[in-house]
Amino acid sequence: MTTVPRFWREIPQRYNLIGTKCKVCGRVYFPPREVCPYCRRKSLENMEKIKLSGKGTLYSYTIIHTPPSKFEGQAPYAVGIVELEEGPRITSQIVDCELDKIKIGMKVEAVFRKIQEDGDTGAIYYGFKFKPVENESER
Amino acid sequence: MRDVAIIGVGITKFGELWDKSFRALITEAGTKAILDAGIEGKDIDALFVGSMSPGRFIGQEHVGALVADSSGLHVMNIPTTRVENACASGGLALRQAYISVASGIHDIVVVGGVEKMTDVIGGEATDILAMAADQEWEAFFGVTFPALYAMIARRHMHEYGTTREQLAEVAVKNHDNGLLNPNAHFRRKITVDSVLNATMVADPLTVLDCSPISDGAAALVLAPLDKAKQYTDKIVKISGSGQASDSLALHGREDICTFKATVEAARQAYKQAGVEPKDIDLAEVHDCFTIAEILAIEDLGFVKKGEGGKATEEGRTRIDGDIPINPSGGLKAKGHPVGATGIAQAAEVVLQLRGEAGERQVKDAEIGLTHNIGGSGATCVVHILEVV
Repeated sequence: MTTVPRFWREIPQRYNLIGTKCKVCGRVYFPPREVCPYCRRKSLENMEKIKLSGKGTLYSYTIIHTPPSKFEGQAPYAVGIVELEEGPRITSQIVDCELDKIKIGMKVEAVFRKIQEDGDTGAIYYGFKFKPVENESER
Repeated sequence: MRDVAIIGVGITKFGELWDKSFRALITEAGTKAILDAGIEGKDIDALFVGSMSPGRFIGQEHVGALVADSSGLHVMNIPTTRVENACASGGLALRQAYISVASGIHDIVVVGGVEKMTDVIGGEATDILAMAADQEWEAFFGVTFPALYAMIARRHMHEYGTTREQLAEVAVKNHDNGLLNPNAHFRRKITVDSVLNATMVADPLTVLDCSPISDGAAALVLAPLDKAKQYTDKIVKISGSGQASDSLALHGREDICTFKATVEAARQAYKQAGVEPKDIDLAEVHDCFTIAEILAIEDLGFVKKGEGGKATEEGRTRIDGDIPINPSGGLKAKGHPVGATGIAQAAEVVLQLRGEAGERQVKDAEIGLTHNIGGSGATCVVHILEVV
């Protein structure tokens, strides 16, 4: 069992895709960073919060058939690395589509979902997953 | 900085060793190395041990002290240090031991690596290994270690046209080599078809693309080169040592088809040794998954980026090829007791350079390289060893 604060402190980024932007060089980071790796000390006090669009492109993916113990019963499921419009890449499950339709380069968008739970009586953890954009012409 | 030699090696059998404990394994490897070097306990100035997660695998931390104790060296109060950087713990322990001898602080140092992975049940070993990934931003979402490497494989196939069959050829070759290694976890031949048709773990990787969960230990004895002759005639010099880091999470990299940590660690080691990739007679590389060996031979400069699959398919990386890779069987067939791996790689190269590798001997081997990765490429340690 994990304590509640460990999860609670990640809520802004996991629920609302809050990343950080370095005001010195303009680079955007997700997950949020305390320090910009390129500007380092100049970035201290200069990292501002930024809400990301949740829209992106699938950079790579896999279908997991042998899951970690907390995800037993869910396999097969897809995970991928998504390149967000704002630049950063993030790891996420890819959902709401047939597994054999997933391909590199497909447009995806973030949705809010249950990720895992701490047993039958523990906390339920929520966060983002990504699904294919249904009608690309609307983008 | 002083030149440093490896004067003794010891390795246990790798595999599911139900009757052997953590302490029995590391004591066996250490004892073999000490006897091989011709030193005595009183000659030892320090111990280093690489182990990834004894805390989770056997519920024991403070294993530096445990290793000194189980070897009986605590009686002389010999200093002992445990080193951890995920699957690169062994390679990094070697580097720390090397630095301690090269600096002049210690003369004779024994460095070991060990993991006892089969004392946990079922999928727990997989969960423990996943701790090397980013817990908050990879593992939290259900990503496993094989999944990270599967995403690398998929992208490599996408960018360079690497085929599913070429990945399988890595496993086939390493199993063929394992057949020649009495200490290997797996000593059976497999085929490309058997790899392709094995249980899927993380598409496109099947269980035969993955290194196994193994128990095992290995150890080396290090000495200053100018004192090595007092103990042995079989001297192998550490001519280069490099280490580098990268983002913990795979998604933090611009290009996941190259491990920049490998490129940088190799650059340091090549420069120090004054050699180039073409001078390396054999290499033990970190093939935790088949795709990892393909990345390694590209990033180490043995073949051009994108041509690792083709080189493997053509047999160039076999023992009788022009760039023999993993003659020991690699992590795939020799086994991957994670903390032991980096030390076992160096032990294999030492045996090869001494001409003592038996049926798997690479002809006229004079310069060898070891390549040990932590996680999905966030740590890399490279060593170059040479016959003196």
